[in-house]
Amino acid sequence: MSKEKEKKKEAGKKKKLQIAFYWAASCGGCEIAVLDIDEKILDVAALADILFWPVAIDTKYKDVEAMKDNHIDVCFFNGSIRTEEQEHIAKLLRKKSKVLVAFGACAVNGGIPGLANIANREEVFNVAYLNNPSTDNPKKIVPKTSVKVKEGTLTLPEFYDTVKTLDQTVDVDYYLPGCPPTPDLIMTAVGAIVENKLPPKGSIIGPLKSVCDECRFEKSEKKIKEIKRVYELDKFEEKCLLEQGVICLGPATRGGCDARCLDANMPCTGCGGPTPNSLDQGAKMMSALASILGIEGEENMSDEEVEKLIEQIVDPVGTFYKYGLPNALINRKVMK
Amino acid sequence: MKTITIDPITRLEGHGKISIFLDGKGDVNNAYLQIPELRGFERFAQGRRAEDMPQITSRICGVCPVAHHFAATKALDAAFNVDPPSAAKKLRELMYMGYYIYDHILHFYFLGGPDFVVGPDAPAAKRNVLGVIEKAGVEIGKEVIKHRAYGQKITAILGGKATHPVCGLPGGVSKGLNKDEVKDIEKMTKSCIDFAKFSLKLFGDIVLANKDYVDLILSDPYQLKTYNMGLVDKNNHVNFYDGKIRVTDQQGKEKVKFDVKDYTKHVAEHVEEWTYIKFPYLKSVGWKGMKDGKDSGIYRVGPLGRLNAAEGMSTPEANKEYKKMYETLGGKAVNSTLAFHWARLIELLNATERAMELVKDPEITSTKIRNPVGEPGEGMGVTEAARGTLIHHYKLDKNGLIDKANLIVATTNNSGAINMSIRDAAKGIIKKGKVNDGLLNMVEMAFRAYDPCFACATHTLPGGMPLEVNIYDLNKKLYKTFRQNL
Repeated sequence: MSKEKEKKKEAGKKKKLQIAFYWAASCGGCEIAVLDIDEKILDVAALADILFWPVAIDTKYKDVEAMKDNHIDVCFFNGSIRTEEQEHIAKLLRKKSKVLVAFGACAVNGGIPGLANIANREEVFNVAYLNNPSTDNPKKIVPKTSVKVKEGTLTLPEFYDTVKTLDQTVDVDYYLPGCPPTPDLIMTAVGAIVENKLPPKGSIIGPLKSVCDECRFEKSEKKIKEIKRVYELDKFEEKCLLEQGVICLGPATRGGCDARCLDANMPCTGCGGPTPNSLDQGAKMMSALASILGIEGEENMSDEEVEKLIEQIVDPVGTFYKYGLPNALINRKVMK
Repeated sequence: MKTITIDPITRLEGHGKISIFLDGKGDVNNAYLQIPELRGFERFAQGRRAEDMPQITSRICGVCPVAHHFAATKALDAAFNVDPPSAAKKLRELMYMGYYIYDHILHFYFLGGPDFVVGPDAPAAKRNVLGVIEKAGVEIGKEVIKHRAYGQKITAILGGKATHPVCGLPGGVSKGLNKDEVKDIEKMTKSCIDFAKFSLKLFGDIVLANKDYVDLILSDPYQLKTYNMGLVDKNNHVNFYDGKIRVTDQQGKEKVKFDVKDYTKHVAEHVEEWTYIKFPYLKSVGWKGMKDGKDSGIYRVGPLGRLNAAEGMSTPEANKEYKKMYETLGGKAVNSTLAFHWARLIELLNATERAMELVKDPEITSTKIRNPVGEPGEGMGVTEAARGTLIHHYKLDKNGLIDKANLIVATTNNSGAINMSIRDAAKGIIKKGKVNDGLLNMVEMAFRAYDPCFACATHTLPGGMPLEVNIYDLNKKLYKTFRQNL
C-alpha cells in the first residue's frame, strides 16, 4: 500500500477519543467508581484510548510533558491539591488537555481532605509525628523535602499549608460532583463527550434537583425545637430526617445520587456540593436550618433562646462544609 | 556510587518512589521506598462530631472504605460504652464479607495474580487482567467482573453505598435487611462460593502444578522472617471483623495476644525523615532498623500475616485449603512473601462461606439493630482490612466531639517489611552493576504481593505496570534508562 493510500485509510477511520485520568489528594474511591460501571468499562475501552491513568498506565511525567499541547481530548482529574507534585501535574495536564473535568468532590470542592484547612502543615505534622499516643519519636523527627542518608540524598515533594480545589489551581471546563460520582453520572458524562454534546463550559454535570427532590421521605412544614445527633434518635421513622431533628444537608445539596444515604436511614452529608444557583452550600443549609428551627421568627424569641438553638450545632465547619471547605466563601482558618 | 530511581512506582494515597543505591562494586548497598504524601486525617478529625468518623475516615481509602468505616464504628461503640445488639454485629460482619469478596477478587485478578497466572517471565504487556483472561478464557473474564460487582452489591445493600458506606452508628447500624434483600444476597453469595473455589483451583492448576513457580515462591529473595499479626476468634481462627490481636513468631508460636484497647502497650511507630509513612514495630522487641528475625520488632499483616498469626480458618472448606497451604510450603510460619497471593484466595473462600452462614442466620432480619449509647469517653476499634490490621483510637469530649484521634492503617503496619522486601529483591537481581528488565519485575512482585494501597495502580486494564529505572553516575548524569510499558 502506498503511503498516500495509508494516509487516506487512517483519515477514514474514526479517531478514538484520547482520554486521561489522574488522582491527586484523594482516596482511590473515584477509580473504584469508574470500575463500578462494571461491564460498560469494555464499551468505554472500545471508544477511547486511555493515555494516562496511574491506576492502569503509569506514564511518567516527562512522557506527558513530551505530548503536544491539547493532545489529550478529555482529562478526568480527581483529588484536591495539597502538594507541590499535585500542583505541578495539574498544570501540566491542563496544558496537554482540550477538556479538563474536575471529577468527584475533592477536585470540585476540596472534599474531605479539604477539612485540613482548619489547620496548617505544622499542626498536621505535630499530630501525625510528634503528639501521638503510638509514635515513638524522642528525637522529634518530621519528614523533610531533602534528606541526606548515608548512601545519598532522598527528596520528597513539599506539603502545602492549604488544600485547594482543582479550579483554584488551573482553569477547569466541567465538574462531575459526588463522593464518589455515581456510575450513572459517569456514563452521562462519557456519553456527552462521545456524542460531542457537552454543555457550555463551566457546567456541572449533574441534575438541577436537590437531594430532597430524590429522597423517599415526604416533607411537611413541621418546625423543630431541638437538634438531635443521629445516634440519639430512638428509632428511625419513615419521615424527613430534618423534621426528626437531625441535620440533613439534603435541601442544600445537589442530587444525582438517588438519595442513597437516606435509603440507609442516614442524613445527607453534602457530598454533591451546593445546589444550582447557590454560592455557598453551608450558608444555604444554615438558612434552611434557621427556617425549620423557627429562628426567622426571632422577634418572638429572646437572644438567649436563639443562642441556645444555635449552640446545638456543635461542629458547624464539619457539618456544613464537610466536602467543601476549600471552596467555601470562608475557606480556611486564619493561622497566627 | 550509582543511584537507581524508580519514580513513581505508583501510589499509596499518591505515589511510591524507590531509590536503590549501589556500592563501589555495583552491588546493592541499600534501597528505600518513599511515600510522598500525607493528608492529615488525625489533625482534622479534631473537633468533628464523633458519629461522622465512620464516614470521614472511609475517605482515607476508597478501595477499602468498609474497613475504616467499621474500625471507626467499633471505636465509637467503645467510646460511647455501648454493646450493639447481636443482629447489628451480624449485619456489620455480613457487609464486611461483601467487602472482602470485592477486594480480594480485585487484587487477585486485576493486580497481583497476573504475576502467577500469566507467569513472572511473561512479557510485561501480558501480565494484566487481559492476560489472565487470555490464559483462563473469556468466560472467566466475565465471571471476574460479575463477582467483583456482587461483592460491591452486597456491601451497598447493607451500607447504602459501597464506596463510601453510611450505615455504621455507635451502638449498631442504621439499616436492617428485609426478606427480599436476604434472598438477593444469598443468591449472590452462593455464586461467590463457587467462584472462590474455582479461583483456588485455577491457582492450583496454574501455579502449584508448576514446579518453577513453587520454587520461586520459596526462593531466597522472597523470604522475610518477621513476626506476624492478625485478628483471631476464641478458637484462634482468622477473623476479619472482630476478635483479639494475635502476634506469632517466625516459627508460628504465639508471642502475644491482646485486646485493641491495649495496643499502645504492644505497638509503637518509628519516624524517618525521608518518607511521610511511619514504621510500626513490636514494643517488646524494639525498633532495630530495617531487619527481620526475632530480634527485630518488624511484623507483617495482611492475608499471609493473618494466616500465620492464626491456627486455622473458621469455615470448613477454607480450613481444608489452609492446611493444604502449610503442608505444601513446609509448615508454620510461611515466610515467603509470594504466598500472600495463595493466602488471599483462601481468605476469599472463607469470606464467602462466612457470608452464607450469616445470611442464613434467622437473626439477620431482626429489627433490633441498635442499642442506646452511654456517655462519650475514649475508645479503640480494630478490624482486619484486606491489607491488614487496622486500628482507630478516639478520645471524645463531653459533647461527643473528637478531641484526639490516632490511626494505625493496614499498609502502614507493613511499611518496614515492604521496604525490606524491595531491598532484598534488588539485592537478589542486581550484581556488579548489571541491571536488566528482570529487576523491574522482581521488585514489582516483591511489593505487589502485599497489595499495598500504592500498588492499586498496577496490572489493570490495559497494560502491565509501567516502570522506569534511571541509573545515574557520580555526577548525577543519566547513565542508562530501562523502561517497560511506557
